[in-house]
Amino acid sequence: MTALLRVENLRIELATRLGVAPVIDDVSFELAAGETLSFVGESGCGKSMTALAIMGLLPDKVGRIAAGKILFNGEDMTQASDERLRSLRGNDISMIFQEPMTSLNPVFTIGEQIAEVLRRHKQMDKRDAWKRAAELLDAVRIPDATHRVGHYPHQLSGGQRQRVMIAMALACEPKVLIADEPTTALDVTIQAQIFDLLEDLRKDMGTAIIMITHDMGVVAEMADRMIVMYAGRKIEQGDVHTVLDHPRHPYTKGLIACVPHLVATLDEHRPPLTEVSGIVPGLQEFGKNECLFASRCDRVVERCLRERPTEQRFDKDQVSACWQANTL
Amino acid sequence: MTLLRAVAQRLLYAALLLLAVLVLNFSMMHLAPGDVADTIAQSMGGADSDVMARIRSDYGLDQPFSVQLMRYIGNVLQFDLGYSFFYNQPVTSLIFSKLPATLLLVVTAQLLALTVGVLLGVYSARKQDGIVSHFVTVFALFGYSAPVFWTGILLLIAFSLKIPLFPVAGMIDVTVEGGFFARFIDLLRHMVLPVITLASIFIALYSRLCRASMMEVLGTDYIRTARSKGLSTREVVYKHALKNSLSPVITLAGLQFSAVVSGAVLVEAVFSWPGLGSLALQSIIARDTPTILGILFFSALVVIVGNLITDLALRWIDPRVRSRT
Repeated sequence: MTALLRVENLRIELATRLGVAPVIDDVSFELAAGETLSFVGESGCGKSMTALAIMGLLPDKVGRIAAGKILFNGEDMTQASDERLRSLRGNDISMIFQEPMTSLNPVFTIGEQIAEVLRRHKQMDKRDAWKRAAELLDAVRIPDATHRVGHYPHQLSGGQRQRVMIAMALACEPKVLIADEPTTALDVTIQAQIFDLLEDLRKDMGTAIIMITHDMGVVAEMADRMIVMYAGRKIEQGDVHTVLDHPRHPYTKGLIACVPHLVATLDEHRPPLTEVSGIVPGLQEFGKNECLFASRCDRVVERCLRERPTEQRFDKDQVSACWQANTL
Repeated sequence: MTLLRAVAQRLLYAALLLLAVLVLNFSMMHLAPGDVADTIAQSMGGADSDVMARIRSDYGLDQPFSVQLMRYIGNVLQFDLGYSFFYNQPVTSLIFSKLPATLLLVVTAQLLALTVGVLLGVYSARKQDGIVSHFVTVFALFGYSAPVFWTGILLLIAFSLKIPLFPVAGMIDVTVEGGFFARFIDLLRHMVLPVITLASIFIALYSRLCRASMMEVLGTDYIRTARSKGLSTREVVYKHALKNSLSPVITLAGLQFSAVVSGAVLVEAVFSWPGLGSLALQSIIARDTPTILGILFFSALVVIVGNLITDLALRWIDPRVRSRT
């Protein structure tokens, strides 16, 4: 596996009123060309922060990369100039966001918003960029694309807007696409269509996808590998089938148990739905040298409260950061 | 096509509004004690009741209110605003001789206020802890609290008397020799202080509002999207953010247009600017009813046209406004 993107010991610090908190604490992973890697975890566990860090879009003055490297094709992006980052952003690495309703600029046509990327990165002239924008809209299956290209965002539905976002993100055929909960704000029926679309485009262009989600169903369907995040730390990683079949972290296990089982008939017995009780610790707890999941864990031992679990490797590159991983 | 329809609709509203203004102005002037006959009699050094009655019937002042009103509206529809006995010329030509000076002052001040206000607002929104940002906050408070005549007089003392950079009063200096260019420069020199005085309040207002709306826009999702596309900071701020943050500023500018016109009256008085404001002041003192009514009518017209332009500007900026009509 040759890594297209390699994140090494990334630490992101966020300035809060209570002081500096490591929202991403010593996270490493690799992304191979053309694969789909899924990030899973509850809200506030650092999935989006990781994505923004890769994009170089951490909020000014609030968040900063305190340590670690983000290597894209061997080039350390944490050391790159703003100018260099801008030439990669939207070109080799692009991103689609959670909120399609507000992610498009209301005062420009969708054609202009797509064409702008092409003019910026592919040095296309106005007419070619506009023509290509219409083709891209057609590629993301917006009906009557040559006409719709002149429409404004408010004339489109949420699902269509997310398609426009996808068209925009894929305009320059990026090597990496980061999708931050791309369907959370959409209807269930539209969700499936968007995932189909992403999957097709990935096959066509060979774009590697980082799929951020909290939906285990999406992970099972879309991803090759997955990383489970908890409180800014990577707690489990591995091939999707391996992890889903045999999770080696109590938190992953809990997440999987949360997914309701489909039953054939209404009177068939279904196992009661479980939850991972408790909540993610507050930001001020994040830096502590202990297992941050311990307070919610039913397998907690004394060592968990004393020492942060190290990553242990298992078959098929499965990694778990739990002192009890062997017994799971 | 929709643009034409929108303009036609606005023009219809404007006509109705002007009619209402006419009726209201005329009624209010009618309610005020004293009329033309009193003033004429006064300037003649007194007159007996026969002469007063003659004057009243000559001016149609003995007719019932409704007849006077209808006659007035009928005349206005024919672009006849009456005759000013005080200036001894038709009100329409009197106003047209003064209107350009006021429009020059009002439009220049409004454009200056918008440009400077927006630039200051954008700059201070981007550098929120910078010196300009604090300056804008203080300046906004100061500019908004200081009355224009006071600002005007202070500027006069500073830049006409202590440091004689600009002329004290008037719009043109008749002694200036030379061609068009020399006279143009002379006009500009006369304009500097009145325009700055009038613009100062509005610079304060617009910069403060623009700063707030720019800060809000810079935090939106679509600005994050624009940044994720690899656009330069300049493109993100001046293309994606500015167009969105302008809407509230333009709306306020439209609402403030009447304030600019009334502010002009004060500024014209301070700087002896030969415009409608000075004319209004003199005609009020002289009880020159037709002229006062004419000026009120034209002020209303200027404000309505200003609002029409605002509406069109908003349509141009925000496509959502376009689809609503």
